[in-house]
Amino acid sequence: MAGNTQAVSAPTVSQIFKTMEYGPAREDDKIAKDWLNDHDRKFGHFINNKWVIPEGRQTFETKDPCGGNVLAATIQGTQEDVDLAVGAANEAYNSWSALSAHSRARYLYSIARHVQKHSRLLAVVEALDNGKTMREAWDCDIPLMTRHLYYHAGWAQLVDTQMVGWDSVGVVGAIVSWNFPLTLLAWKVCPALAMGNTVIFKPANNTSLSALLFAEICAEAGLPAGVFNVITGGSAVETMLASHSEVDKVSFAGSTEVGQDLRRLTAGSGKKLSLELGGKSPVIVFESADLDSAVEGIVDAIWFNQGQVCTAGSRLLVQEPVFDTFIGKLKQRMRTLRVGPSLDKVMDMGGVVDPSHVKVIAKYVDEARQEGAEVFQIEAPPGSYYPPTLITGVGTASRCVMDAIFGPVLVALPFRTAKEAISLANNTIYGLGASVFTEQITLGIEVAKMVKAGAVWINCHNIFDAAAGFGGCKQSGYGRDGGKEGLFEYVKPVWQDSHKFTPPKIDFAKFGAAYSASRPSITPATPQIVSAEETMPRVDQTYKLYYGGAQKRPDGNYNRVILNTEKKAFALVGESNRKDVRNAVEAAGKAQPSWDKRTGFNRSQILFYWAENLEQRRQELVDHLVVVTGQSGEQAGREVDASVTRLFHWAALCDKYGGSVQETQLYGTVLRMNEPMGVVGVACPDEAPLLAFVSLVAPAVARGNAVVVVPSEKYPTVPLSLYQVLETSDMPGGIINILTGNRDHLTKHLTEHHDVQAMWYFGTQEGSTFVEHTSAVNVKRTWVNYSLQRDWFSREEGEGEEFLYHATQVKNIWLTMGDIFAN
Amino acid sequence: MEGRNTGMPLDLAWVHGVRINLPSVKRRAESLGARRCVKKQWQAAWLLRAVTCIDLTTLSGDDTNINVERLCHKAAHPVRHDLLAALGMEDSGLQCGAVCVYPARVAGAVATLKRIGADIPVAAVATGFPSGQYHLKTRLEEVRLTVADGAKEIDIVINREMVLSGNWQGLYDELVAMRGACGEAHMKAILAVGELGSLTNVYRASLVAMMAGADFIKTSTGKEGVNAILPVGLVMCRAIREFYQRTGIKVGFKPAGGLRQAKDALVWLILIKEELGNDWLNNHMFRIGASGLLGDIERQLFHYVYGRYAASSELPMA
Repeated sequence: MAGNTQAVSAPTVSQIFKTMEYGPAREDDKIAKDWLNDHDRKFGHFINNKWVIPEGRQTFETKDPCGGNVLAATIQGTQEDVDLAVGAANEAYNSWSALSAHSRARYLYSIARHVQKHSRLLAVVEALDNGKTMREAWDCDIPLMTRHLYYHAGWAQLVDTQMVGWDSVGVVGAIVSWNFPLTLLAWKVCPALAMGNTVIFKPANNTSLSALLFAEICAEAGLPAGVFNVITGGSAVETMLASHSEVDKVSFAGSTEVGQDLRRLTAGSGKKLSLELGGKSPVIVFESADLDSAVEGIVDAIWFNQGQVCTAGSRLLVQEPVFDTFIGKLKQRMRTLRVGPSLDKVMDMGGVVDPSHVKVIAKYVDEARQEGAEVFQIEAPPGSYYPPTLITGVGTASRCVMDAIFGPVLVALPFRTAKEAISLANNTIYGLGASVFTEQITLGIEVAKMVKAGAVWINCHNIFDAAAGFGGCKQSGYGRDGGKEGLFEYVKPVWQDSHKFTPPKIDFAKFGAAYSASRPSITPATPQIVSAEETMPRVDQTYKLYYGGAQKRPDGNYNRVILNTEKKAFALVGESNRKDVRNAVEAAGKAQPSWDKRTGFNRSQILFYWAENLEQRRQELVDHLVVVTGQSGEQAGREVDASVTRLFHWAALCDKYGGSVQETQLYGTVLRMNEPMGVVGVACPDEAPLLAFVSLVAPAVARGNAVVVVPSEKYPTVPLSLYQVLETSDMPGGIINILTGNRDHLTKHLTEHHDVQAMWYFGTQEGSTFVEHTSAVNVKRTWVNYSLQRDWFSREEGEGEEFLYHATQVKNIWLTMGDIFAN
Repeated sequence: MEGRNTGMPLDLAWVHGVRINLPSVKRRAESLGARRCVKKQWQAAWLLRAVTCIDLTTLSGDDTNINVERLCHKAAHPVRHDLLAALGMEDSGLQCGAVCVYPARVAGAVATLKRIGADIPVAAVATGFPSGQYHLKTRLEEVRLTVADGAKEIDIVINREMVLSGNWQGLYDELVAMRGACGEAHMKAILAVGELGSLTNVYRASLVAMMAGADFIKTSTGKEGVNAILPVGLVMCRAIREFYQRTGIKVGFKPAGGLRQAKDALVWLILIKEELGNDWLNNHMFRIGASGLLGDIERQLFHYVYGRYAASSELPMA
């Protein structure tokens, strides 16, 4: 309590004694202002541990959204500035990546310590610049940032033993949005540095200050020059950074639209990319929930950070019997929420990032009103504030139900059964977070399993920790920030060279668009069967497409002639088209969920059996390989044997990679579930046609995916002959679907298909570029080879951890626990 | 107090439908003190309000009329005159909510308060406080005798065995009988939350006590292992709110045991304001069972007035 000097201001003690109202409780921002003044309220870039303020740059006035005051001017980077920063990071990479793991751990530990020592200043700067409440900056953002620093100091220490087979990537360009400037910074920078990379960080234009302060703190902590650099500016700088030839990895957090742009921008360059994008996360409240507690869960879900949270629980689904009761409780709770200046510690919500954002939010809400929805709001001050809002009486087609509003707006819809709740929850282009409220544990866990999202909270929402990766699926992006799973975004296989390519110029509209087919060949191979009586042709062998568990004629009824080594027509295979892709993807999509539901043991039995049946036909496959590829019998024998071994490898891994328990700070259990991607499109290379096919298909199906696979364009008959093996191995229909034909034509339609969740492409540089570029349409995960061949016989290259990484995505399920509070 | 709680028939479906999620309750309880605070004159005013809600308590085996008399004086003049004057509250008649003692001390306390002209109710713990492990007949008789001695409020303890064995009907019947024995005196039902096993039981016991006609529900005797902690308070407030929403009857709330610091009192007031609203922020609907708390509040008020911290010897002891 301060002295009585200020007691003169109204209202008096006796008045407050009667009204029992709250008063203001403003955080002192003197030290933050001092820091701004130290810099004359003008900031440049922070490169090589120095302030770089080049002449003649445009400036941006960063404001305190709550007060509307200009805090400082930052500069807008140019190509020259980006080159300077990338040069610094590139130079520093040589020494930083060569340091011992322990040495890097010491640096990260030192940063963590220094961040703690400056934590109050960081929190105040964050609250000022972003508009978020001081309480959240202090209780959430800064502790989470510190936690990430310590957690990753640990990974830096353990990298040699825990990340065997992986190596740093190089220079990382990290670009983040304005909603959690410091938290997102930590999410990107910590794993990047821990794995031995150097970083250029580009904060959002209107929330750059905390990143610049953090850069000073890193320098104070002794981080070597160039390891961490900050460059400020708008979307032009983002483009320059992401497309810079010396940047090896782009890590992004922001809107889906910008993420899609970055995917297109970096396509074919060989850069790694991870995208943490938007969401429209469902909050499912069952009648079996503790409703009062669920109301508090919703406060955390949608009114945390003014709803400007990627995982904001913005779609409330409530079970019909308790819908009205629950909405009533929620409205009553909303009346006690307080909205006001971010530095006032008695506020639940501060300002949104900018007055222009208020308009964006208001437009959605107005539209809902016009659609006849009921809009419930409380009061908010004028300016850059938007009140907590609850919308009822809307349908699934409303924009306020479909779009990520990124504001404090909640839409509520009723549901009847758990099955319907799951359908509604998944009825979105996004898949970032979700929460389930029920006291029935069996229901909660089942729903968590069925909802497509990167994080599912049971009886809570928006709980984060460095030990559990954050990130999504579908159009919420790919890659994870945090957890061991997050480290893989900043490493590459040791055997793999650095990928730096100049993307080929491609007409994306024309690539793979042409459909063609073979005309009859008059130079057939016509294999003969010779007996004592007579010589006669072998019975014609027909190769069909294989999808949905059945052999199918190609939709176009055209075929492709496959030549043997003597250039004679050895066989005809189907020339698949767009409709075959459509049918195969549909079959795969139908079959995949039940395949995923099967036990790992069951999947492993099928893969082992596949290996068994493959070996039974060893000689036939060897002969087949010899005829079409011209390799020696010995070499072909090696390929068949390696394929059997590989199937054993993946059969073994069917029940040994389900996940783990994450060691977060939650009192309870966080389950890391390594879930399948869903339907994976696979375009196989021509080398090792059998082994490459098996090497790509087996890990995908082992981990619960269904595949639509295009076998080697040149030698499709060997893998195609496997469908008979599959049928005898009890592989259910629709899990492995094989389409023959033109690799790039089929790749085009697979990559463009929105119901294909990942595309693996092993072909040309052009094809690789096309796949990455086109994958932006639904933010597919991709894995392409940029025309580089790998040694499929090698265990490292043919069955390394990389395959598991691509075949799965992590879902973290947060299970709180506790019922014991006393005796 | 507004119209008294007349109770209602036991609604077992309501009682059994209760579900409480402890981790969520804890999270909300922890966030209360982070989301709300009062500073400067707001803090001084809120602390004064807290003083009026205190049931200034002594519950010791060595209590005699001497220390109870002192307690009564302190309850009538809880804050030093110069402090009240500086706060502009000298004419407010500020006093504690009640004096809370054992049944044998009621007569003495009533006499003292009458003598000094203080209109402060005397509350007495009863029904075999603190364990309740006595025959119902003697427990009820104790209530009657204590009321006869002049107690205006009876802090009864509930029968924990009936909660732990799920005998809600039995608990209800006992409480109805106790309510009858209280007559005009208000019944404050002590749940002894630390001995109920789960927050679900705390909520259920709260409902049963309110259905049986309790005027207040109270957390603890102060003698259990876990007493007035915020998660418990939150759950009991939610029960009071739900009871009000369904019946229109406002039941009071009294945390007791472990509230020693001024900032604890503020957080409890915040809890009440947030969960129940301003209607509950007075000593008709909210009481704090405490003894040492008042001293810390007075110390904070001294600091607010003078900008310095007081020595404990400078503030009149209870």
